[in-house]
Amino acid sequence: MKKLLAAFVGSMALAAAPVAMSAEATKELKIAYDSDPVTLDIHEQLSGGILQLSHMAFDPLVRWTKDLGFEPRLAESWERVDENTMRFTLRKGVKFHSGNELTSADVKFTYDRLKESQDFKAIFQPFSGIKIIDDYTFELMTAEPFPLLLNTATYIFPLDSQFYSGETEDGKDKNAILKHGNSFASENLSGTGPFTVADRRQGVRVEFERFDDYWDTESPGNVGKIVLTPIKENATRVSALLSGGVDFIAPVPPNDLDRIKRDRNSELVTMSGTRIILFHMNQERVEAFKNPKVRQAVAYAINQEGIAAKIMKGFATPAAQMSPAGYQGHNENLKPRFDVAKAKQLMKEAGYEDGFTITMMSPNNRYVNDDKIAQAAAAMLARINIKVDLKTLPKAQYWPEYDNRSADMMLIGWHADTEDSANFFEFLTFCTESDSGAGQYNAGNYCNPEIDALVKKANVETDLDKRAAMLQEVERRLYDDAAFVPLHWQDLAWASKKGVNIAPVLNVMNFPYLGDLVVE
Amino acid sequence: MLAFLVQRISQALLVMFVISVIAFAIQDGLGDPLQEMVGMSVSEEEREAIREELGLNDPFLVQYFRFAGNAIQGDLGNSYFYSKPALEVIAEHLPATLELVIGASLMIILLSVPIGVYAAIRPQAWLSKFFMGVSTVGISIPVFLTAIVLIQLFSIGVTVNWFPSDTGWGQWMNEFLTTEGGLPSYGRGDELVHLFGTWHSGLFTREGLAHLLLPCISLASIMLPLFIRLIRAEMMEVLQSDYIRFARAKGLSAGRINFLHALKNTMLPVITVGGVQIGIMVAYTILTETVFQWPGLGLMFLEAITRSDIPLIVAYLMVVGLIFVITNTLVDLIYGLVNPTVKLAGKKA
Repeated sequence: MKKLLAAFVGSMALAAAPVAMSAEATKELKIAYDSDPVTLDIHEQLSGGILQLSHMAFDPLVRWTKDLGFEPRLAESWERVDENTMRFTLRKGVKFHSGNELTSADVKFTYDRLKESQDFKAIFQPFSGIKIIDDYTFELMTAEPFPLLLNTATYIFPLDSQFYSGETEDGKDKNAILKHGNSFASENLSGTGPFTVADRRQGVRVEFERFDDYWDTESPGNVGKIVLTPIKENATRVSALLSGGVDFIAPVPPNDLDRIKRDRNSELVTMSGTRIILFHMNQERVEAFKNPKVRQAVAYAINQEGIAAKIMKGFATPAAQMSPAGYQGHNENLKPRFDVAKAKQLMKEAGYEDGFTITMMSPNNRYVNDDKIAQAAAAMLARINIKVDLKTLPKAQYWPEYDNRSADMMLIGWHADTEDSANFFEFLTFCTESDSGAGQYNAGNYCNPEIDALVKKANVETDLDKRAAMLQEVERRLYDDAAFVPLHWQDLAWASKKGVNIAPVLNVMNFPYLGDLVVE
Repeated sequence: MLAFLVQRISQALLVMFVISVIAFAIQDGLGDPLQEMVGMSVSEEEREAIREELGLNDPFLVQYFRFAGNAIQGDLGNSYFYSKPALEVIAEHLPATLELVIGASLMIILLSVPIGVYAAIRPQAWLSKFFMGVSTVGISIPVFLTAIVLIQLFSIGVTVNWFPSDTGWGQWMNEFLTTEGGLPSYGRGDELVHLFGTWHSGLFTREGLAHLLLPCISLASIMLPLFIRLIRAEMMEVLQSDYIRFARAKGLSAGRINFLHALKNTMLPVITVGGVQIGIMVAYTILTETVFQWPGLGLMFLEAITRSDIPLIVAYLMVVGLIFVITNTLVDLIYGLVNPTVKLAGKKA
């Protein structure tokens, strides 16, 4: 009897809790990021800031869980109809900020728009079409079997098709995606997300308010208002947290990690990230880099552990490959190699005992400590008689140089938009083809058609275990070939006031699910 | 007077022209604005299409004349990042910077004149020596360091326990040096009063003024010592001059001599220097605004550079050029008011 009563009370509490919690979503949260979303049109640009906005004001069909799995959001369920088709069932009764109800037509509208978007169309290229079955059922179709269908579905944040259709008062198409100049969508927004944008002054502040009719009443989130201030300067962002001016900051600069750890009123959360930092060795510019032994020598000469410990202050995970742990292609057997004697030996075998001179370029304001990393690498290469002429540039000047591949070794960081290993290879190690865009950032001009073929095979393999084995094989071959010099994955760090329990809503993609945040 | 203004306006136009040509000439060195506008995985083909749309592929002269043609009609182009007219963006950011500069200038004027005069009249007093010592330190600390120290002391707060706290004096010293913190460390605050147009002011609320305090002190810190020293040196020189001695001999009161006769002549060179310094202050606002995330012109300009937002950079340089010309003109006019014997347009008396 007691047990029964306990169970009864327990279930009552469970049933009552979400209602009670969402009703008191009144906490105000002040956050400071290093940038604010450049626009309210989530299809205008593919960037971290826009994805953060997307998760606040919109909801995806499915979203990533902490361990890189998927959880249903607006799509309640999904099933494979055949090799090339996936059928999704939408949640019923979901309201947009405008009051309209979400149906399959909105998903189709969004899909069509994504196919038009300059930034997103590459991700959606494998899709061949969308078919509406009824108001709450639709099918996504691909031309070939596509293993990353759900990964890609995390980018589908349904837009309110009625809200974005028609013309504005001055006769402009509300649906237009404009990279520059104002469009209706860049200033107005209607999504299904937990927050609506109440006020926005670009570069100064964005104010979000909790959406009263948010569908997810089971979400424990109790934040009613969010004020986002972009603070680019690292020291200022940290001071804002320490002085109590804001409740939550990201990213935390490595130099201030200790300071925040020591602060009694603050909490620090760190995670190994998925952005790989690496050097390309240009084989077309330097004859010696055509020789795999020389490339291996460079890989052996560079001390990833040292860079991660000293320059990154432990705030990076040393890497020997591109795929971080958790990605399908991550090959556990690959470990960073650092052995100067071995490197010298390889240089001797390759006939370059006396070394040679190369040029190196790195940005100095794009990745964490990027210029210092390049300096350290240059010093390490000097030990095997490779003399480095290093030039570091602000990112605005660096990328045009990178596109021209204008130095012998160039540094780049890469995060896979699909959270999948194949994306790394397609952009960074594929033989460069300007038509298809393959190898667009392969500044090493490394080219191995066999490896490319294996990746392409993996891309139509829907048996995920088989696919993982293929991608791990690719990593191993690139490692053996020393196709590039991996350095580390940048760690991620967030900090908050005590009592703002951010840890549960953070993830490795760095779009916190702030709708679910519970503030004490 | 009229000739003087005509001369100044033609000067201003020349300055604008030169600035616009220089700003346009260096734009290739500023980098590719596309990088900020599109994601990494956007193909080269798509990028090329946007470049074409923005007119970035046209030859230098074509781009310049298109710009100049629009500029004459008051259109300096659209900022890439803000997606609106560059002048509108500047107008939105200008009030924040002006309030900062006004606040700092007030601090400088209200403090430097009495301190400078006092230090000149009583050069041997310990208070004078203290002020001179502090100002030497002040002048040699870079403004961003001052700002960071101020934030640490008054926003975050420090707990000092250098002295033995079991003794009375030690405890007192510890408490004396410990600061509470609590002052805002960034931005202008939430409560801005709308004045007119794009001017939202923080000058009329407690919160707004609290936000203004630390940035103003930082900005003033670099100029204040300079002015104290300048006023002191000028004043001392004036006090040595014959007419002051004569006034003393005549038996005029010390107050009248110091504050009416001497101070007036002291202020002439100070105003000239002040005019130039206001221009320099614009440069220092860039540092101050960056440290305090002050949403003004300086921060906007710095970010425009990192984004290669060329239209905004050009527009900013032209507006700042205009401000320089205007302040210098005003300085010359004030100069004429303080000392009517100064000729403005350099024509025959």
